Amino acid sequence: MSAALTLLRRDVILAWREGGAIGVALGFYLVVVAITPFGLGPDLNLLARIAPGMLWVALLLAALLSADRIFHNDYEDGTLDVLTTGPLPLPVLAGVKCLAHWIATGVPLALLAPVLGLLLNLPLDAMPLLVLSMLVGTPAVSFVAGIGASLTLGLRRSGLLLALLVLPLYVPVLIFGVSTVSAAVVGPGSPWPPFLMLCALSLASIVLAPIAAAAALRTAQR
Amino acid sequence: MQSPFSVSLKARAIACERGGRTLFEDLSFALAPGEALLVRGPNGVGKTSLLRQLAGLLPLAAGGLEAPGAAEDMPVSELCHYVGHLNAAKNALTVRENLAFWTEFLGHGDGDLAGALSAFGLEDLASLPAGLLSAGQKRKLALSRLFAAPRPVWLLDEPSVSLDTAAVKRLDDAIREHLEAGGVAVVSTHVPLRTKFAHELTLDFGGEA
Amino acid sequence: MTPMISLASPTRFLALVGTVVPWLSALVVVLLAVGLYLSFFVAPPDYQQGETVRIMFIHVPAAWVALGCYVVIAIAALGTLIWRHPLAAVAAKAAAPIGATFTFIVLVTGSLWGKPMWGTYWVWDARLTSLLVLFLLYLGLIALWQAIEEPGRAGRAAAILALVGAINLPIIKFSVDWWNTLHQPASVFRTDGPTIDPALLTPLFVMGAAFIALFVLLHLIAMRAEILRRRVRALQQTQVAHAAVAEA
Repeated sequence: MSAALTLLRRDVILAWREGGAIGVALGFYLVVVAITPFGLGPDLNLLARIAPGMLWVALLLAALLSADRIFHNDYEDGTLDVLTTGPLPLPVLAGVKCLAHWIATGVPLALLAPVLGLLLNLPLDAMPLLVLSMLVGTPAVSFVAGIGASLTLGLRRSGLLLALLVLPLYVPVLIFGVSTVSAAVVGPGSPWPPFLMLCALSLASIVLAPIAAAAALRTAQR
Repeated sequence: MQSPFSVSLKARAIACERGGRTLFEDLSFALAPGEALLVRGPNGVGKTSLLRQLAGLLPLAAGGLEAPGAAEDMPVSELCHYVGHLNAAKNALTVRENLAFWTEFLGHGDGDLAGALSAFGLEDLASLPAGLLSAGQKRKLALSRLFAAPRPVWLLDEPSVSLDTAAVKRLDDAIREHLEAGGVAVVSTHVPLRTKFAHELTLDFGGEA
Repeated sequence: MTPMISLASPTRFLALVGTVVPWLSALVVVLLAVGLYLSFFVAPPDYQQGETVRIMFIHVPAAWVALGCYVVIAIAALGTLIWRHPLAAVAAKAAAPIGATFTFIVLVTGSLWGKPMWGTYWVWDARLTSLLVLFLLYLGLIALWQAIEEPGRAGRAAAILALVGAINLPIIKFSVDWWNTLHQPASVFRTDGPTIDPALLTPLFVMGAAFIALFVLLHLIAMRAEILRRRVRALQQTQVAHAAVAEA
């Protein structure tokens, strides 16, 4: 659908230009991972063991930082209203915007993760699996964040509220995402079962989340 | 110029509720191709809500809306250009990029970017980021959207806000040209326009016109 | 927005609540009295855990209500979104704090029960962790209700969130179970203890009935309060609207 591609392209370009958001998310990711050792101590063995969990949790928080822009900017300047009169059904519209968030925020964060893993002494041979698990899991992050963003559209303190609503829903993604990497670092077991669960979660989110987000958008537009 | 439209707009006993209150009910009108409806009334009475209902942004509390003459499965909202209070312009995109997006997104391949740029004389500003424009220029950018893609129904909510006299005249001419091409328009405005409105609707706080 | 059944009318509902509450309160008192007596004086102490097993008689029924309440909210959510039943949103809004409180009771009693057994006030076992996530979901619902001023939008948004949570709960439970077996391969004390002695079943079910009756009572009272609150708000809005017309 060329309308969907047009919208996707516009959203990614806007995210890039209003560049603050991507840069801030990456910066936040770096800062959180960097200060962790100050709280935990520089013991490299300890850091290596907590690295997968830490990298995932910090990624979730960083992704949530930019989540409320998924719909908010368009809602604020009236673009969302006009987009609704376009050819795309509302769930597809919501899905495209979540996809744009993934491309503009999820993927960069996932690609930065191995670099931050160095700070936490993550073994080098775990890095490919780290990036892979994050690339596969961040669609779930972006799409579920889209549900939160659409529910909290236009509300005060929507960023915090969004995080409160959405973080409990990330428990499965976190569990399987971290397990995939931990299996490579610490064992036991193969990383592939949790990895497949992660794939399933992302696919399910891509299909189902836009429906919920569209319902919430309609509610907010009234 | 545009190919002629042949779509009517009919509202049958529509009602509007917001925040639990009924703004209006049993409101009907019928616009044949080439006719325009002027909506008037005090602030807060429901003019914007009516336009949003016609655009499909606000559900109808009762009644029905139809557009005889349009393709079978086309929802009414896809036949409309909705220009509300907000300009729907992205500050980080240039004027040309803003209009190019709408041309492609709303256009189904029928879009006319050059026409949209020249409609309100924005060609000189085409390469500037929309964020730098003045309020009046941003309003012109919003109205230029009407020319980005051909759609039979124009829904205009206070379109002349921030516009100077020349631009208001241009808007007036644009509406008239649209009506002459068989289009239909519903306009809410306090500003006297030279366009002849076939129908007038005045909303008041009693619930009906 | 035609009501589904005549019970849907708030006025009739208020009348119904008025009649039911006194009887239901009496029932709750009786059930609680009997249940507590059975739990604390009749049921035998567990051969392994001693007297502390009695916390189970509060912990387990509270867990039933905590989960059941979410089911009620999910059904009410369907009522709001699909059937537009006018009382559905009221039911959901009233139930959320009650569910949160019962979940909190489960967590606290679970923690108190665990201290003698595990030596710490908290362990991340599958059951308690899932209930903690349920607690967070309740908090999210309450926060969303508070954050949106317009009741119509609040009702619909909370309904969407409730359904999203309902779909996620089994997934979360599954993932927490999996996570737990991964990290604690050794057997952990299940929070409802080893297989339940039949002598413990009667007090458990009586307490269960008491808690369910208590939930229904609290829910009806909360719904009544919410309906009255909305009436006050509607009256205030009418006042404002009249003033606006007078000014215009």
